[in-house]
Amino acid sequence: MVDFITGHYAYWFTLSLLCVGLYGIIFKRNLVKKVIGLAIFQASVVLFFVSIASKWDATVTVIDKNIPVEQVESYLNPLPHTLMLTAIVVGVATLGVAFTLLIAIYNRYGTLDEQELLEKIQ
Amino acid sequence: MIETHLPAIIALTFVLFALLIPLFGLWKEQLCQPLAVLGSGLATTFSLLAFITYLQTGSIRYFFGGWEPPIGIEFVYDGLSGFILIVINSVAFLALIYAKKPGRMEFQGKELAYYALAMLMMLGFNGMVLTGDLFNLYVFLEISSLSSYALISIGNKPAPFAAFRYLIVGTAGGTLYLLGVGFLYTNTGTLNIIDMSAMLPMLVDNSSVVTALILMVVGIGVKAAIFPLHGWLPDSYTYASTPSSTLIAPIGTKVAAYILFRIMLYLFGIDLTDAVFPLSYIVGVFACIGIIYGSVMAIAQTEMKRMLAYSSVSQIGYIIMGLSLANPFGFAGALLHVLNHAVMKACLFMITGNLRYKEGHSNISLFNDSYRIKYPWTMASFSVAAISMVGLPPLAGFFSKWYLVLGTIDNSNWIFLAVIIVSSLLNAVYFFRILEKVYMKNPDAEQQPDTAVEIKYDDVSPSMMSPMAILAVGLFVIGFANAAIVGFLLGIFPM
Repeated sequence: MVDFITGHYAYWFTLSLLCVGLYGIIFKRNLVKKVIGLAIFQASVVLFFVSIASKWDATVTVIDKNIPVEQVESYLNPLPHTLMLTAIVVGVATLGVAFTLLIAIYNRYGTLDEQELLEKIQ
Repeated sequence: MIETHLPAIIALTFVLFALLIPLFGLWKEQLCQPLAVLGSGLATTFSLLAFITYLQTGSIRYFFGGWEPPIGIEFVYDGLSGFILIVINSVAFLALIYAKKPGRMEFQGKELAYYALAMLMMLGFNGMVLTGDLFNLYVFLEISSLSSYALISIGNKPAPFAAFRYLIVGTAGGTLYLLGVGFLYTNTGTLNIIDMSAMLPMLVDNSSVVTALILMVVGIGVKAAIFPLHGWLPDSYTYASTPSSTLIAPIGTKVAAYILFRIMLYLFGIDLTDAVFPLSYIVGVFACIGIIYGSVMAIAQTEMKRMLAYSSVSQIGYIIMGLSLANPFGFAGALLHVLNHAVMKACLFMITGNLRYKEGHSNISLFNDSYRIKYPWTMASFSVAAISMVGLPPLAGFFSKWYLVLGTIDNSNWIFLAVIIVSSLLNAVYFFRILEKVYMKNPDAEQQPDTAVEIKYDDVSPSMMSPMAILAVGLFVIGFANAAIVGFLLGIFPM
């Protein structure tokens, strides 16, 4: 049991971040806090991808003359990292759009509280 | 040999026009809309050309940079993606023709941004349909989603709030999908759909593969607005401007439904999807609840646009139900319904747009019998689309429901059959009340001997009328050509 927890600590960390993010998205009333929750949620998935690429005693994916290319366990897997560069860019773009919308909402209604907004729209 | 490059050309057309529109739009803003129409028209032509090539030589796989999968990235043009591409590109083409006048009225001065974003959104949709790589699919999903958030926020006062709520759930859904892709990647070491589908049968009893499937279905389910995840849809479609809702409503949820087809029937295969527990049946049950819920909520609405939005929730349920049946008739019925619903919803949103353009509102309780004299063509198209939504022959809507019914009978699934029939009746309730207001004289109203304002013909201009009329006529054409379409769809059933 202890082995199961300590052996997968990266995944437990990811999972707890995922839950924190989801909590922010669902339960926070302030829209900016929802965006923060969303950013945490995305970051947890990014960290998950980064953690699955890591190996003990492995080096970066640049050919080292001392390590033959066939010895794949000595090199990190570069693909998840490159994927996550794209995912981070997507996340930044999402935050940009979200904050633009927030500015538009604040200019129109003068509040960012979800309940107040719902009452004003009704 | 241009044929082998067609999958890439279809998507690149939209990239090209997304760049051309700002360039020419800065010089003359009036050029934006014709350029957008030209772009989507070209893409439709290329889709049709690729479809002819597909019929002659089979599916086209385009390897980017000549790198073969699983190392490289590929675009796959097969029967299913070809069918969806033709549907979404041709409907977008008509919706962009229609957008000219309502666009000029509703967002004067922002046309450049609007049409450039519309092109980017279509790029995202086309990429999602064409790509053969799961991570690429995520990127295209986010391209289309980000542009559609922006497009929805161009509207009346609460539109940014509706778009923001869509952004929160949509991005959360996209992230769940990405997590599912991560699980699959750790198990198989590949992201290519064809490559992965060959490996997955070896991993049936792996719990992380099942988790990945559920994460992906939930994530895409948000985009497809399957019942418990549909909360963003009614507000977004109601508050968005007329051109945005005509463009997004017919195609947005369909593309997400197509991804569910890809994942459940092609990537996993129906045997693997149901290997651990009957996921397809559960999805089908949610679709059924969505069908009934959407129809009941649509009856309760007085605003026509909101009624159509709830009707969309109900109609997407038919498509997902056909997917969950996973037999040839259910598959063909669902895909025929993708086509029918795209045409019907585009037509109905255009009609709402016409009424808003002329009357300034689309409140059903204010509709009266003067509309049949003022807007004869709009109302005629409405009758056609409404009757097709209810599902009366020979209109298109009847045939998709017919094949779905055949599919439920094949599976001996009597609950689903009952849902289809009950919801058709509910559809009739909410569409015929409008027809009644427009075509039947209200017996309680006092007959005015001399009407102060003479009611005369005042229908919309050709640029708004022709796309609507083409779609309405298209419903007859699809109805009569259903045998050919269904024959093709039965041929591409992946089993």
